[in-house]
Amino acid sequence: MDLAFLGETLLRLASAIPTTLELAFVSVSIGLALALLLALLRASSVIGAACVRAYVFVFRGSPLLVQIFLIYYGLGQFDAVRESFLWPFLRRPWWCAILALALNTAAYGSEIIRGGLAAVPAGSIEAGRVAGMSRFTLYRRIVLPLALRQALPAYGSEIIIMVKSTSLASIITITELTGTARQIVSDSFRAIEVFVCAGLIYLAINFVLTRAVLLLERTLTPHARGVPR
Amino acid sequence: MIVFRMGLAAVTALALAMSMSAMPSAMAKDWTKLVIATEGAFPPYNMTTPDGKLVGFEIDMAHDLCARMKVECTIVAQDWDGIIPGLNAGKYDAIIAGMSITPKRREVIDFSVPYVSSPATFEVPKSMADLPMLGERINLDDKAASDAAIAKLGSALKGKIVGAQVSTIQADFLKTYLSKDIELRTYPSNAEQDLDLAAGRIDMAFASSSYLVSAFAKPGGEKMKMSGPFVTGGMMGAGSGVGLRKADTDLKDKFDAAIKASYADGTMSKLTVQWFKIDVAVKY
Repeated sequence: MDLAFLGETLLRLASAIPTTLELAFVSVSIGLALALLLALLRASSVIGAACVRAYVFVFRGSPLLVQIFLIYYGLGQFDAVRESFLWPFLRRPWWCAILALALNTAAYGSEIIRGGLAAVPAGSIEAGRVAGMSRFTLYRRIVLPLALRQALPAYGSEIIIMVKSTSLASIITITELTGTARQIVSDSFRAIEVFVCAGLIYLAINFVLTRAVLLLERTLTPHARGVPR
Repeated sequence: MIVFRMGLAAVTALALAMSMSAMPSAMAKDWTKLVIATEGAFPPYNMTTPDGKLVGFEIDMAHDLCARMKVECTIVAQDWDGIIPGLNAGKYDAIIAGMSITPKRREVIDFSVPYVSSPATFEVPKSMADLPMLGERINLDDKAASDAAIAKLGSALKGKIVGAQVSTIQADFLKTYLSKDIELRTYPSNAEQDLDLAAGRIDMAFASSSYLVSAFAKPGGEKMKMSGPFVTGGMMGAGSGVGLRKADTDLKDKFDAAIKASYADGTMSKLTVQWFKIDVAVKY
Protein backbone atom coordinates (compact mmCIF):
# COMPACT_ATOMS: atom_id res chain seq x y z
CA MET A 1 0.00 0.00 0.00
CA ASP A 2 1.49 3.26 -1.16
CA LEU A 3 0.12 5.88 1.22
CA ALA A 4 1.84 8.81 -0.48
CA PHE A 5 0.17 7.87 -3.79
CA LEU A 6 -3.23 7.46 -2.09
CA GLY A 7 -2.90 10.87 -0.45
CA GLU A 8 -1.89 12.51 -3.71
CA THR A 9 -4.75 10.77 -5.55
CA LEU A 10 -7.32 11.85 -2.96
CA LEU A 11 -6.04 15.42 -3.22
CA ARG A 12 -6.29 15.45 -7.01
CA LEU A 13 -9.74 13.85 -6.88
CA ALA A 14 -10.88 16.36 -4.25
CA SER A 15 -10.23 19.16 -6.73
CA ALA A 16 -12.89 17.59 -8.98
CA ILE A 17 -15.58 17.37 -6.27
CA PRO A 18 -16.93 20.90 -6.99
CA THR A 19 -17.57 19.98 -10.66
CA THR A 20 -19.44 16.82 -9.65
CA LEU A 21 -21.52 18.67 -7.04
CA GLU A 22 -22.21 21.51 -9.47
CA LEU A 23 -23.42 19.08 -12.17
CA ALA A 24 -25.64 17.28 -9.66
CA PHE A 25 -27.02 20.44 -8.04
CA VAL A 26 -27.80 22.35 -11.24
CA SER A 27 -29.33 19.37 -13.03
CA VAL A 28 -31.41 18.30 -10.02
CA SER A 29 -32.68 21.89 -9.56
CA ILE A 30 -33.69 22.26 -13.21
CA GLY A 31 -34.99 18.69 -13.21
CA LEU A 32 -37.14 19.25 -10.13
CA ALA A 33 -38.75 22.39 -11.57
CA LEU A 34 -39.40 20.52 -14.80
CA ALA A 35 -40.75 17.50 -12.90
CA LEU A 36 -43.24 19.70 -11.01
CA LEU A 37 -44.41 21.23 -14.29
CA LEU A 38 -44.76 17.78 -15.86
CA ALA A 39 -46.68 16.41 -12.87
CA LEU A 40 -49.09 19.37 -12.94
CA LEU A 41 -49.45 19.09 -16.72
CA ARG A 42 -50.22 15.41 -16.31
CA ALA A 43 -53.02 16.22 -13.87
CA SER A 44 -54.37 19.07 -16.01
CA SER A 45 -55.74 17.57 -19.24
CA VAL A 46 -55.95 14.41 -21.32
CA ILE A 47 -53.63 15.73 -24.03
CA GLY A 48 -51.19 17.03 -21.43
CA ALA A 49 -51.21 13.65 -19.71
CA ALA A 50 -50.51 11.84 -22.98
CA CYS A 51 -47.57 14.14 -23.78
CA VAL A 52 -46.09 13.67 -20.31
CA ARG A 53 -46.53 9.90 -20.53
CA ALA A 54 -44.68 9.86 -23.84
CA TYR A 55 -41.88 12.02 -22.41
CA VAL A 56 -41.50 9.81 -19.35
CA PHE A 57 -41.55 6.68 -21.51
CA VAL A 58 -38.71 7.95 -23.70
CA PHE A 59 -36.44 9.32 -20.97
CA ARG A 60 -37.07 6.56 -18.45
CA GLY A 61 -36.96 3.82 -21.03
CA SER A 62 -33.59 4.61 -22.63
CA PRO A 63 -30.17 4.61 -20.94
CA LEU A 64 -28.85 7.94 -19.70
CA LEU A 65 -25.55 7.13 -21.43
CA VAL A 66 -27.34 6.94 -24.78
CA GLN A 67 -29.16 10.21 -24.05
CA ILE A 68 -25.86 11.94 -23.29
CA PHE A 69 -24.33 10.59 -26.51
CA LEU A 70 -27.35 11.68 -28.56
CA ILE A 71 -27.40 15.18 -27.12
CA TYR A 72 -23.63 15.68 -27.27
CA TYR A 73 -22.51 13.89 -30.44
CA GLY A 74 -25.91 13.54 -32.12
CA LEU A 75 -27.15 17.15 -32.11
CA GLY A 76 -23.71 18.50 -33.03
CA GLN A 77 -23.84 16.73 -36.38
CA PHE A 78 -26.67 18.86 -37.75
CA ASP A 79 -25.74 22.13 -39.44
CA ALA A 80 -29.12 23.56 -38.42
CA VAL A 81 -28.26 23.02 -34.76
CA ARG A 82 -24.74 24.37 -35.20
CA GLU A 83 -26.06 27.56 -36.77
CA SER A 84 -28.90 28.07 -34.29
CA PHE A 85 -28.94 30.31 -31.22
CA LEU A 86 -28.65 27.15 -29.06
CA TRP A 87 -25.16 26.30 -30.28
CA PRO A 88 -23.26 28.50 -27.79
CA PHE A 89 -24.82 26.28 -25.10
CA LEU A 90 -24.74 22.95 -26.91
CA ARG A 91 -21.13 23.57 -27.95
CA ARG A 92 -20.07 23.33 -24.31
CA PRO A 93 -19.84 19.78 -22.94
CA TRP A 94 -20.99 21.11 -19.56
CA TRP A 95 -24.37 22.31 -20.81
CA CYS A 96 -24.94 19.11 -22.80
CA ALA A 97 -24.38 17.11 -19.63
CA ILE A 98 -26.71 19.37 -17.63
CA LEU A 99 -29.38 19.09 -20.33
CA ALA A 100 -29.23 15.29 -20.46
CA LEU A 101 -29.13 14.87 -16.68
CA ALA A 102 -31.95 17.37 -16.08
CA LEU A 103 -34.26 15.91 -18.77
CA ASN A 104 -33.61 12.43 -17.40
CA THR A 105 -34.22 13.24 -13.74
CA ALA A 106 -37.33 15.26 -14.69
CA ALA A 107 -38.89 12.07 -16.07
CA TYR A 108 -38.22 10.10 -12.90
CA GLY A 109 -39.07 13.06 -10.68
CA SER A 110 -42.47 13.63 -12.31
CA GLU A 111 -43.39 10.00 -11.64
CA ILE A 112 -42.30 10.31 -8.02
CA ILE A 113 -44.34 13.49 -7.59
CA ARG A 114 -47.33 11.84 -9.29
CA GLY A 115 -47.06 9.03 -6.75
CA GLY A 116 -46.92 11.57 -3.95
CA LEU A 117 -49.98 13.44 -5.28
CA ALA A 118 -51.93 10.20 -5.68
CA ALA A 119 -51.17 9.30 -2.09
CA VAL A 120 -52.82 12.43 -0.67
CA PRO A 121 -55.94 11.11 1.12
CA ALA A 122 -59.19 12.19 -0.53
CA GLY A 123 -60.53 13.02 2.93
CA SER A 124 -57.89 15.72 3.47
CA ILE A 125 -58.80 17.36 0.18
CA GLU A 126 -62.51 17.22 0.97
CA ALA A 127 -61.87 18.69 4.41
CA GLY A 128 -59.99 21.58 2.76
CA ARG A 129 -62.85 22.18 0.35
CA VAL A 130 -65.38 22.12 3.18
CA ALA A 131 -63.30 24.72 4.99
CA GLY A 132 -63.77 26.93 1.91
CA MET A 133 -60.23 26.89 0.55
CA SER A 134 -59.61 28.05 -2.99
CA ARG A 135 -57.91 25.61 -5.38
CA PHE A 136 -54.59 27.44 -4.97
CA THR A 137 -54.77 27.53 -1.17
CA LEU A 138 -55.81 23.89 -1.13
CA TYR A 139 -52.72 22.95 -3.12
CA ARG A 140 -50.42 25.19 -1.11
CA ARG A 141 -51.60 24.16 2.34
CA ILE A 142 -52.91 20.61 1.97
CA VAL A 143 -51.99 18.77 -1.23
CA LEU A 144 -48.38 19.83 -1.88
CA PRO A 145 -47.09 19.48 1.72
CA LEU A 146 -48.64 16.03 2.01
CA ALA A 147 -47.48 14.99 -1.46
CA LEU A 148 -43.94 16.25 -0.78
CA ARG A 149 -43.77 14.27 2.43
CA GLN A 150 -44.92 11.12 0.68
CA ALA A 151 -42.54 11.61 -2.22
CA LEU A 152 -39.46 12.56 -0.23
CA PRO A 153 -37.99 9.08 0.46
CA ALA A 154 -38.21 8.14 -3.21
CA TYR A 155 -36.94 11.54 -4.31
CA GLY A 156 -34.00 11.23 -1.92
CA SER A 157 -32.98 8.08 -3.76
CA GLU A 158 -33.33 9.92 -7.06
CA ILE A 159 -30.95 12.66 -5.89
CA ILE A 160 -28.40 10.03 -4.87
CA ILE A 161 -28.76 8.32 -8.24
CA MET A 162 -28.17 11.68 -9.91
CA VAL A 163 -24.94 12.28 -7.98
CA LYS A 164 -23.71 8.92 -9.25
CA SER A 165 -25.02 9.60 -12.78
CA THR A 166 -22.81 12.68 -13.08
CA SER A 167 -19.96 10.19 -13.55
CA LEU A 168 -21.31 9.59 -17.08
CA ALA A 169 -20.39 13.19 -17.94
CA SER A 170 -16.78 12.03 -17.97
CA ILE A 171 -17.31 10.43 -21.39
CA ILE A 172 -18.00 13.80 -22.97
CA THR A 173 -14.66 15.25 -21.87
CA ILE A 174 -15.85 16.73 -18.56
CA THR A 175 -13.24 16.18 -15.88
CA GLU A 176 -15.50 15.62 -12.91
CA LEU A 177 -14.68 13.01 -10.26
CA THR A 178 -14.75 9.93 -12.50
CA GLY A 179 -13.12 11.75 -15.42
CA THR A 180 -10.30 12.87 -13.15
CA ALA A 181 -9.97 9.33 -11.78
CA ARG A 182 -9.64 7.97 -15.31
CA GLN A 183 -6.97 10.53 -16.09
CA ILE A 184 -5.02 9.59 -12.98
CA VAL A 185 -5.31 5.90 -13.96
CA SER A 186 -4.01 6.73 -17.42
CA ASP A 187 -1.05 8.58 -15.89
CA SER A 188 -0.24 6.02 -13.23
CA PHE A 189 -1.73 2.78 -14.64
CA ARG A 190 -2.96 1.98 -11.11
CA ALA A 191 -6.67 1.32 -11.49
CA ILE A 192 -7.59 -0.21 -8.12
CA GLU A 193 -6.25 2.46 -5.78
CA VAL A 194 -7.63 5.34 -7.83
CA PHE A 195 -11.13 3.93 -8.30
CA VAL A 196 -11.34 2.91 -4.64
CA CYS A 197 -10.55 6.53 -3.71
CA ALA A 198 -13.16 7.82 -6.18
CA GLY A 199 -15.73 5.36 -4.81
CA LEU A 200 -15.02 6.51 -1.26
CA ILE A 201 -15.60 10.14 -2.23
CA TYR A 202 -18.97 9.27 -3.84
CA LEU A 203 -19.87 7.34 -0.67
CA ALA A 204 -18.98 10.32 1.51
CA ILE A 205 -21.04 12.72 -0.62
CA ASN A 206 -24.03 10.39 -0.59
CA PHE A 207 -23.67 9.76 3.15
CA VAL A 208 -24.11 13.48 3.78
CA LEU A 209 -27.02 13.58 1.30
CA THR A 210 -28.92 10.68 2.88
CA ARG A 211 -28.52 12.30 6.31
CA ALA A 212 -29.85 15.60 4.95
CA VAL A 213 -32.88 13.94 3.35
CA LEU A 214 -33.55 12.02 6.56
CA LEU A 215 -33.39 15.23 8.55
CA LEU A 216 -35.83 16.89 6.17
CA GLU A 217 -38.13 13.88 6.43
CA ARG A 218 -38.15 14.15 10.21
CA THR A 219 -38.84 17.88 10.08
CA LEU A 220 -41.82 17.30 7.79
CA THR A 221 -43.31 14.55 9.95
CA PRO A 222 -43.49 16.05 13.43
CA HIS A 223 -46.36 13.74 14.39
CA ALA A 224 -44.15 10.68 13.98
CA ARG A 225 -41.93 11.92 16.80
CA GLY A 226 -44.76 12.16 19.29
CA VAL A 227 -46.65 15.24 20.43
CA PRO A 228 -44.75 17.52 22.78
CA ARG A 229 -46.57 17.94 26.08
CA MET B 1 -17.92 -34.25 9.31
CA ILE B 2 -14.35 -35.16 8.42
CA VAL B 3 -15.53 -36.42 5.05
CA PHE B 4 -17.34 -33.12 4.51
CA ARG B 5 -14.20 -31.13 5.37
CA MET B 6 -12.07 -33.19 3.03
CA GLY B 7 -14.60 -32.71 0.31
CA LEU B 8 -14.52 -28.98 0.91
CA ALA B 9 -10.72 -28.93 0.80
CA ALA B 10 -10.78 -30.84 -2.47
CA VAL B 11 -13.27 -28.42 -3.97
CA THR B 12 -11.19 -25.45 -2.83
CA ALA B 13 -8.02 -26.97 -4.26
CA LEU B 14 -9.80 -27.66 -7.53
CA ALA B 15 -11.16 -24.12 -7.70
CA LEU B 16 -7.68 -22.78 -6.99
CA ALA B 17 -6.15 -24.94 -9.69
CA MET B 18 -8.79 -23.81 -12.16
CA SER B 19 -8.25 -20.14 -11.39
CA MET B 20 -4.50 -20.66 -11.76
CA SER B 21 -4.90 -22.20 -15.19
CA ALA B 22 -7.19 -19.33 -16.18
CA MET B 23 -4.35 -16.93 -15.44
CA PRO B 24 -1.90 -17.22 -18.33
CA SER B 25 0.92 -15.47 -16.50
CA ALA B 26 0.91 -17.81 -13.54
CA MET B 27 1.65 -20.94 -15.55
CA ALA B 28 4.82 -22.31 -17.03
CA LYS B 29 5.58 -20.31 -20.14
CA ASP B 30 5.88 -22.47 -23.18
CA TRP B 31 3.84 -19.88 -25.12
CA THR B 32 1.92 -22.15 -27.42
CA LYS B 33 -1.11 -19.96 -27.00
CA LEU B 34 -1.15 -16.19 -26.80
CA VAL B 35 -3.92 -13.68 -26.12
CA ILE B 36 -3.24 -10.30 -27.73
CA ALA B 37 -5.22 -7.15 -26.90
CA THR B 38 -5.88 -4.38 -29.40
CA GLU B 39 -8.11 -1.31 -29.22
CA GLY B 40 -10.23 -1.90 -32.31
CA ALA B 41 -10.81 1.83 -32.78
CA PHE B 42 -7.58 3.23 -34.22
CA PRO B 43 -7.69 2.90 -37.99
CA PRO B 44 -5.77 1.85 -39.94
CA TYR B 45 -3.75 0.22 -37.14
CA ASN B 46 -6.71 -1.67 -35.74
CA MET B 47 -10.45 -1.26 -36.20
CA THR B 48 -13.72 -3.07 -35.85
CA THR B 49 -15.90 -3.85 -38.89
CA PRO B 50 -19.66 -3.31 -38.62
CA ASP B 51 -20.11 -7.04 -38.05
CA GLY B 52 -17.69 -6.97 -35.13
CA LYS B 53 -14.52 -8.37 -36.70
CA LEU B 54 -11.13 -6.91 -35.87
CA VAL B 55 -9.16 -5.83 -38.94
CA GLY B 56 -6.29 -3.49 -39.73
CA PHE B 57 -2.54 -3.29 -40.16
CA GLU B 58 -1.78 -4.63 -36.70
CA ILE B 59 -4.21 -7.53 -37.02
CA ASP B 60 -2.43 -8.67 -40.21
CA MET B 61 0.94 -8.02 -38.58
CA ALA B 62 0.00 -9.95 -35.43
CA HIS B 63 -1.02 -12.98 -37.48
CA ASP B 64 2.27 -12.79 -39.37
CA LEU B 65 4.32 -12.47 -36.16
CA CYS B 66 2.40 -15.32 -34.50
CA ALA B 67 3.08 -17.57 -37.48
CA ARG B 68 6.79 -16.73 -37.21
CA MET B 69 6.78 -17.44 -33.46
CA LYS B 70 4.78 -20.64 -34.08
CA VAL B 71 2.13 -19.74 -31.50
CA GLU B 72 -1.64 -19.82 -31.70
CA CYS B 73 -2.96 -16.28 -31.22
CA THR B 74 -6.32 -14.94 -30.15
CA ILE B 75 -6.87 -11.21 -30.64
CA VAL B 76 -9.30 -9.46 -28.31
CA ALA B 77 -10.58 -5.89 -28.21
CA GLN B 78 -9.95 -3.82 -25.09
CA ASP B 79 -10.75 -0.15 -24.41
CA TRP B 80 -7.66 2.03 -24.65
CA ASP B 81 -7.77 3.59 -21.19
CA GLY B 82 -7.64 0.21 -19.44
CA ILE B 83 -5.30 -1.57 -21.81
CA ILE B 84 -2.10 -1.38 -19.70
CA PRO B 85 -3.72 -2.28 -16.34
CA GLY B 86 -5.40 -5.22 -18.15
CA LEU B 87 -2.04 -6.54 -19.33
CA ASN B 88 -0.54 -6.41 -15.86
CA ALA B 89 -3.69 -8.02 -14.43
CA GLY B 90 -3.07 -11.02 -16.71
CA LYS B 91 -6.17 -10.64 -18.87
CA TYR B 92 -3.99 -11.00 -21.97
CA ASP B 93 -0.31 -11.48 -22.77
CA ALA B 94 0.54 -8.72 -25.24
CA ILE B 95 -0.71 -5.33 -26.44
CA ILE B 96 -0.58 -4.58 -30.16
CA ALA B 97 -2.51 -1.34 -30.39
CA GLY B 98 -0.37 1.35 -32.02
CA MET B 99 1.19 1.94 -28.62
CA SER B 100 4.24 4.19 -28.67
CA ILE B 101 7.22 3.14 -26.62
CA THR B 102 7.68 5.86 -23.99
CA PRO B 103 9.75 6.15 -20.80
CA LYS B 104 6.57 6.55 -18.73
CA ARG B 105 4.99 3.36 -20.05
CA ARG B 106 8.33 1.55 -19.63
CA GLU B 107 8.00 2.08 -15.87
CA VAL B 108 5.05 -0.33 -15.77
CA ILE B 109 5.40 -2.60 -18.80
CA ASP B 110 8.06 -3.75 -21.24
CA PHE B 111 8.08 -3.36 -25.01
CA SER B 112 9.36 -5.28 -28.00
CA VAL B 113 11.52 -3.41 -30.48
CA PRO B 114 9.41 -0.88 -32.44
CA TYR B 115 7.72 -1.97 -35.66
CA VAL B 116 6.38 1.30 -37.10
CA SER B 117 7.03 4.96 -36.41
CA SER B 118 4.98 7.97 -37.42
CA PRO B 119 5.22 11.52 -36.03
CA ALA B 120 2.34 13.38 -34.38
CA THR B 121 0.82 16.49 -35.91
CA PHE B 122 -2.23 18.76 -35.81
CA GLU B 123 -5.55 18.15 -37.56
CA VAL B 124 -7.54 21.27 -38.43
CA PRO B 125 -10.54 22.09 -40.67
CA LYS B 126 -9.48 23.02 -44.22
CA SER B 127 -11.11 26.43 -43.77
CA MET B 128 -8.61 27.32 -41.04
CA ALA B 129 -5.38 29.20 -41.77
CA ASP B 130 -2.27 27.04 -41.52
CA LEU B 131 -0.44 26.84 -38.22
CA PRO B 132 3.18 28.02 -38.17
CA MET B 133 6.03 25.60 -38.97
CA LEU B 134 3.91 23.68 -41.46
CA GLY B 135 5.65 20.41 -42.30
CA GLU B 136 8.71 21.20 -40.16
CA ARG B 137 9.92 18.76 -37.53
CA ILE B 138 10.21 19.44 -33.81
CA ASN B 139 12.58 16.89 -32.27
CA LEU B 140 12.13 16.89 -28.51
CA ASP B 141 15.57 15.28 -28.06
CA ASP B 142 17.11 18.59 -29.19
CA LYS B 143 16.03 20.67 -26.19
CA ALA B 144 17.28 24.11 -27.25
CA ALA B 145 15.71 24.03 -30.70
CA SER B 146 12.48 22.37 -29.58
CA ASP B 147 11.95 24.82 -26.69
CA ALA B 148 12.10 27.75 -29.10
CA ALA B 149 9.80 26.03 -31.59
CA ILE B 150 7.27 25.10 -28.89
CA ALA B 151 7.25 28.68 -27.57
CA LYS B 152 6.41 29.87 -31.08
CA LEU B 153 3.74 27.18 -31.42
CA GLY B 154 2.29 28.10 -28.01
CA SER B 155 1.79 31.74 -28.94
CA ALA B 156 0.06 30.72 -32.19
CA LEU B 157 -2.29 28.38 -30.30
CA LYS B 158 -3.13 30.80 -27.47
CA GLY B 159 -6.69 30.26 -26.23
CA LYS B 160 -7.44 27.42 -28.65
CA ILE B 161 -9.27 24.25 -27.64
CA VAL B 162 -7.22 21.20 -28.65
CA GLY B 163 -8.45 17.59 -28.52
CA ALA B 164 -6.45 14.38 -28.11
CA GLN B 165 -7.10 10.79 -27.12
CA VAL B 166 -6.75 10.21 -23.38
CA SER B 167 -3.59 8.53 -22.13
CA THR B 168 -1.62 8.96 -25.35
CA ILE B 169 1.74 10.54 -26.10
CA GLN B 170 -0.19 13.27 -27.93
CA ALA B 171 -2.28 14.17 -24.86
CA ASP B 172 0.87 14.02 -22.72
CA PHE B 173 2.72 16.35 -25.06
CA LEU B 174 -0.08 18.93 -24.98
CA LYS B 175 -0.33 18.69 -21.20
CA THR B 176 3.42 19.00 -20.66
CA TYR B 177 4.35 21.66 -23.20
CA LEU B 178 1.25 23.67 -24.07
CA SER B 179 -1.08 23.58 -21.06
CA LYS B 180 -0.59 27.31 -20.33
CA ASP B 181 -1.68 28.27 -23.83
CA ILE B 182 -4.46 25.84 -24.77
CA GLU B 183 -7.54 24.20 -23.29
CA LEU B 184 -7.02 20.43 -23.56
CA ARG B 185 -9.98 18.08 -24.07
CA THR B 186 -9.29 14.34 -23.89
CA TYR B 187 -11.42 11.67 -25.57
CA PRO B 188 -11.80 7.92 -24.98
CA SER B 189 -11.04 7.29 -28.68
CA ASN B 190 -9.98 9.24 -31.77
CA ALA B 191 -13.42 8.80 -33.37
CA GLU B 192 -15.12 10.97 -30.72
CA GLN B 193 -12.41 13.59 -31.04
CA ASP B 194 -13.00 13.77 -34.81
CA LEU B 195 -16.77 14.18 -34.30
CA ASP B 196 -16.14 17.14 -32.01
CA LEU B 197 -13.67 18.65 -34.46
CA ALA B 198 -16.25 18.33 -37.25
CA ALA B 199 -18.90 19.90 -34.98
CA GLY B 200 -16.57 22.79 -34.13
CA ARG B 201 -16.44 22.09 -30.41
CA ILE B 202 -12.67 21.94 -30.58
CA ASP B 203 -10.44 24.06 -32.80
CA MET B 204 -8.01 21.29 -33.66
CA ALA B 205 -6.86 17.82 -32.75
CA PHE B 206 -3.36 16.47 -32.18
CA ALA B 207 -2.84 12.91 -33.37
CA SER B 208 -0.54 10.44 -35.06
CA SER B 209 -0.04 11.41 -38.71
CA SER B 210 -0.56 7.81 -39.87
CA TYR B 211 -3.94 7.81 -38.15
CA LEU B 212 -4.84 11.13 -39.80
CA VAL B 213 -4.10 9.79 -43.29
CA SER B 214 -6.79 7.15 -42.78
CA ALA B 215 -9.18 9.55 -41.02
CA PHE B 216 -9.07 11.87 -44.05
CA ALA B 217 -10.13 8.99 -46.29
CA LYS B 218 -13.35 8.50 -44.34
CA PRO B 219 -16.63 10.42 -44.88
CA GLY B 220 -16.27 13.89 -43.35
CA GLY B 221 -12.49 13.56 -43.33
CA GLU B 222 -12.17 15.42 -46.64
CA LYS B 223 -12.96 18.66 -44.78
CA MET B 224 -9.85 18.26 -42.61
CA LYS B 225 -6.13 18.71 -43.20
CA MET B 226 -2.82 18.32 -41.40
CA SER B 227 -1.25 21.51 -40.14
CA GLY B 228 1.69 22.75 -38.12
CA PRO B 229 4.89 20.85 -37.25
CA PHE B 230 5.54 17.11 -36.90
CA VAL B 231 6.60 16.31 -33.34
CA THR B 232 9.05 13.46 -32.64
CA GLY B 233 11.61 12.30 -30.08
CA GLY B 234 11.70 12.60 -26.28
CA MET B 235 8.38 11.79 -24.63
CA MET B 236 6.86 11.12 -28.08
CA GLY B 237 8.65 7.79 -27.92
CA ALA B 238 10.54 5.65 -30.37
CA GLY B 239 7.74 4.25 -32.50
CA SER B 240 5.06 1.66 -31.75
CA GLY B 241 6.02 -1.60 -30.08
CA VAL B 242 4.33 -4.68 -28.66
CA GLY B 243 3.46 -4.07 -25.00
CA LEU B 244 4.48 -6.94 -22.70
CA ARG B 245 4.63 -7.73 -19.01
CA LYS B 246 8.09 -7.04 -17.54
CA ALA B 247 8.41 -10.62 -16.31
CA ASP B 248 7.91 -12.15 -19.77
CA THR B 249 11.41 -11.53 -21.13
CA ASP B 250 11.30 -14.77 -23.14
CA LEU B 251 8.20 -13.54 -24.95
CA LYS B 252 9.91 -10.22 -25.67
CA ASP B 253 12.82 -12.10 -27.28
CA LYS B 254 10.38 -14.00 -29.48
CA PHE B 255 8.58 -10.82 -30.59
CA ASP B 256 11.88 -8.97 -31.22
CA ALA B 257 13.13 -11.79 -33.43
CA ALA B 258 9.80 -12.05 -35.30
CA ILE B 259 9.60 -8.28 -35.94
CA LYS B 260 13.16 -8.15 -37.25
CA ALA B 261 12.55 -11.22 -39.43
CA SER B 262 9.36 -9.64 -40.77
CA TYR B 263 11.29 -6.51 -41.68
CA ALA B 264 14.15 -8.50 -43.19
CA ASP B 265 11.98 -10.37 -45.69
CA GLY B 266 9.97 -7.26 -46.59
CA THR B 267 6.64 -8.34 -45.06
CA MET B 268 6.50 -5.46 -42.60
CA SER B 269 7.07 -2.78 -45.25
CA LYS B 270 4.54 -4.45 -47.57
CA LEU B 271 1.90 -4.44 -44.83
CA THR B 272 2.51 -0.78 -43.95
CA VAL B 273 2.23 0.24 -47.61
CA GLN B 274 -0.99 -1.78 -47.88
CA TRP B 275 -2.61 -0.07 -44.87
CA PHE B 276 -0.88 3.35 -44.58
CA LYS B 277 -0.10 3.98 -48.29
CA ILE B 278 3.47 4.81 -47.21
CA ASP B 279 6.29 2.71 -45.76
CA VAL B 280 6.44 3.57 -42.04
CA ALA B 281 8.19 0.36 -40.96
CA VAL B 282 11.12 0.82 -38.57
CA LYS B 283 14.37 -0.09 -40.33
CA TYR B 284 16.72 -2.78 -38.97
